[in-house]
Amino acid sequence: MKVVFLSGSIVGSKTKTAISYAMNKLAEAYPDTEAELLDLAEYEIQFSDGRNYLDYSGDTKYVTETLMNADAIVIGTPIFQASIPGTLKNIFDLLPVNAFRDKVVSMIITAGSAKHYLIAEQQLKPILAYMKAQIVQTYVFIEEIDFHRKEIVNDDVIFRVNRLVEDTMVLAETYQKIREAQEASYDF
Amino acid sequence: MEQFRINPSKGLEFGIYTLGDHLPNPATGERISAKQRLDEIIELAKLADEAGIDFFSVGESHQEYFTTQAHSVVLSAIAQATEKIKIASSSTIISTLDPVRVYEDFATIDLISGGRAEIIAGRASRVGNFELLGYDLHDYEELYEEKFDLLLKINKEEVVNWSGKYRAPLRDAKVLPRPLNGSMPIWRAVGGHPTSAVKAGYAGVPIFLASLGGPVSIFKRTIDAYRDALTQAGHDPARFPVATAGFFYLAETTQQAQRDTYPSVNEGMQLTNGRGFPKQHFAQGASPRDVMNIGSPQEVIEKILYQHEMYGHQRYIAQMDFGGIPFEKLRKNIELIGKEVLPAIRKYTAKQEGQQ
Repeated sequence: MKVVFLSGSIVGSKTKTAISYAMNKLAEAYPDTEAELLDLAEYEIQFSDGRNYLDYSGDTKYVTETLMNADAIVIGTPIFQASIPGTLKNIFDLLPVNAFRDKVVSMIITAGSAKHYLIAEQQLKPILAYMKAQIVQTYVFIEEIDFHRKEIVNDDVIFRVNRLVEDTMVLAETYQKIREAQEASYDF
Repeated sequence: MEQFRINPSKGLEFGIYTLGDHLPNPATGERISAKQRLDEIIELAKLADEAGIDFFSVGESHQEYFTTQAHSVVLSAIAQATEKIKIASSSTIISTLDPVRVYEDFATIDLISGGRAEIIAGRASRVGNFELLGYDLHDYEELYEEKFDLLLKINKEEVVNWSGKYRAPLRDAKVLPRPLNGSMPIWRAVGGHPTSAVKAGYAGVPIFLASLGGPVSIFKRTIDAYRDALTQAGHDPARFPVATAGFFYLAETTQQAQRDTYPSVNEGMQLTNGRGFPKQHFAQGASPRDVMNIGSPQEVIEKILYQHEMYGHQRYIAQMDFGGIPFEKLRKNIELIGKEVLPAIRKYTAKQEGQQ
């Protein structure tokens, strides 16, 4: 089982803080699971020009390959202008059709305003569904006030992230078993 | 049809194609040497020729896990090793080659083979060739259209006057040698989306349609769109052949055929394309209404005939060596094609005497 934590913005610190916390939680609760953090702020990624992801080079190739090789992905993203940031959308555009087939994807959203609560529901989930992800339906929505100096200071948020990590793993393991049983049934 | 060397009264042509992939055998994890792979491709063409198969073609891919980058050189060896079978590229990536050099190569192969060479020109689904050969990926579309047009022009005209954006102009240029009978069939390679087929229709060029998996009825839409475009542009669809290409494999039962091929297709796609082939989709491929011709000889014959009924196409080409399938299995397949598939297909698709 390989879980990738994707921090989908190159701006600010809240998404990175939340996604890093989730990754530490996973390491603590599931020490045998391989985990990797992809913080987009640390990579130079080009805009998608439509080629197969294997044909990119450098950071773009590294980030897309890492995502394609994951069994589960926890996406962290802020909300800008009532939508996901362009940096995250570009990652989706770089990946092939059906890229998230057989992957579980969960979401942690950070936002400056509670008015953004439904953005993930209405804009991010349809993208993930189109890309064939098995979506962890409940996401964690975190507001500005829940952070203080690069730490989550609201225990309710911490509990919710802990549950999200657990749900992600339970679903990933379950889907893996379902898939194995289904594939065995074909007998070839 | 004659200018594309197709005789409709003989029925549906049956061919074999290879992309020239060089992948490990999933059962052993071992990969034969590039030399052995090339030897086996040439041997496969020989066996196909001896079995009475109509056509054999070799693809060009400039990526890891491929070995026929110099596909025209391989075809030249095949021309020498075979006697009757038509030989072609599947496809030549014309976008990043010089149409003059391509034409020189294939006209030469046509002469060596005694008039058996054809060109199928495509655009590449992977794009390693752009960087390797020094082209800008931003020109993907235009490079193909311009160079494909030039290739067609060279085929039509012995003395060429041409100027364009991506190549030095040609002034009263003679592109030599000429093919045995003055010109060669040149086809446009078309992927799943109808747009490219429609362009071929407007230009009055025959198409090769790749169809790896999915319902026959979906690919029929592309063929219908192609023929509509031919008509719209003032061409007669009855004069332009259609060819389809896809996965093929014969074993005693469909289940055995799926067992023999699924790991190769899945792991081969993963390595060359970055995504495997979902097992559920592969399982659906067994349906008589799916394009995937993997099964027992009788089932595959019925599928090919159903496809012929739906498409009214002139040629089907089979890909059976993808993903490190051992050569002995390929040899066995060629035998079965010669003994069972070809007679059945010809019996049901060739025009009877006196028939229109």
